[in-house]
Amino acid sequence: MINEQFFAMGGYAFYVWLSYGLSTVILLLNAVLPARKERKLLLAIAERSREKATIK
Amino acid sequence: MILTRFHKYASPKYFYSWSLKLRPWLATACVLLFVSGLVGALFLAPADYQQGESFRIIYVHVPAAWMSLFIYMVMAASGALGLIWRIKLGDVMARASAPLGAWFTFLALVTGSLWGKPMWGTYWVWDARLTSELILLFLYLGYIALQGAIEDRRIAARTGAILALVGTVNIPIIHYSVEWWNTLHQGPTVSKLDVPSIDTTMLVPLLIMSLAYTCYFITILFTRARCEILEFERNTSWVKERALQMEAV
Repeated sequence: MINEQFFAMGGYAFYVWLSYGLSTVILLLNAVLPARKERKLLLAIAERSREKATIK
Repeated sequence: MILTRFHKYASPKYFYSWSLKLRPWLATACVLLFVSGLVGALFLAPADYQQGESFRIIYVHVPAAWMSLFIYMVMAASGALGLIWRIKLGDVMARASAPLGAWFTFLALVTGSLWGKPMWGTYWVWDARLTSELILLFLYLGYIALQGAIEDRRIAARTGAILALVGTVNIPIIHYSVEWWNTLHQGPTVSKLDVPSIDTTMLVPLLIMSLAYTCYFITILFTRARCEILEFERNTSWVKERALQMEAV
């Protein structure tokens, strides 16, 4: 199923694959970055509250 | 009874825990939907008799365009919840949905022009559909800029909600633009349920892709909303407990 003809997309390869590629990249970035941000926020909050506990 | 229950589940603390429990299910559903949708879109659907293989762009273009409108409705509705009933989660959801809406609008515009070039011979025309969708992008960007410019969260949420509600006037304009005005953009294919003008083997992948995009939106919306909650509730004891728990794992 995946052969040269498939990638050629009947001569529209540039338009089809750029559309799919851009969509994939943007959706992946929008999934990874917020998940990473959530983790970082939790780690920062944990560190701060531990510091406060030791000062007491 | 129902109302108190709603308030409980809509409280940031409860939302945080139930949305976390939902996360693996949503993520799995997303992957399954995207895989089956893409197989249908790229392999099972036959080439269009007029547009050839280029019509396959429909499977990334139309769901993105639908999402751009749907997310705007979500943003305006949750903004209204925050504005009128002072439901904090409403403000959170509105803020969290704006960047996603902007990205989907951007994708709808770019994939649309990549489809327009081989079919219409041009990347862009200033017709009703394209122009109103561009205005939608500016509405999203305006909302995001407003949130960044106002430091007080409550004032930012209130002003943003008003902007979002006023902007809803654009939504029916986008939707009906292909019927109200003469335009290069093709008319609706799917919403004419009585006479479906699209073959089932082409339609099913489109519906699956739209479900995949919706599922993706909900998953990421919840993650973004949890980030918002962590930021403004970082001094509460339940957030600190959660953070320490997660660190221990």
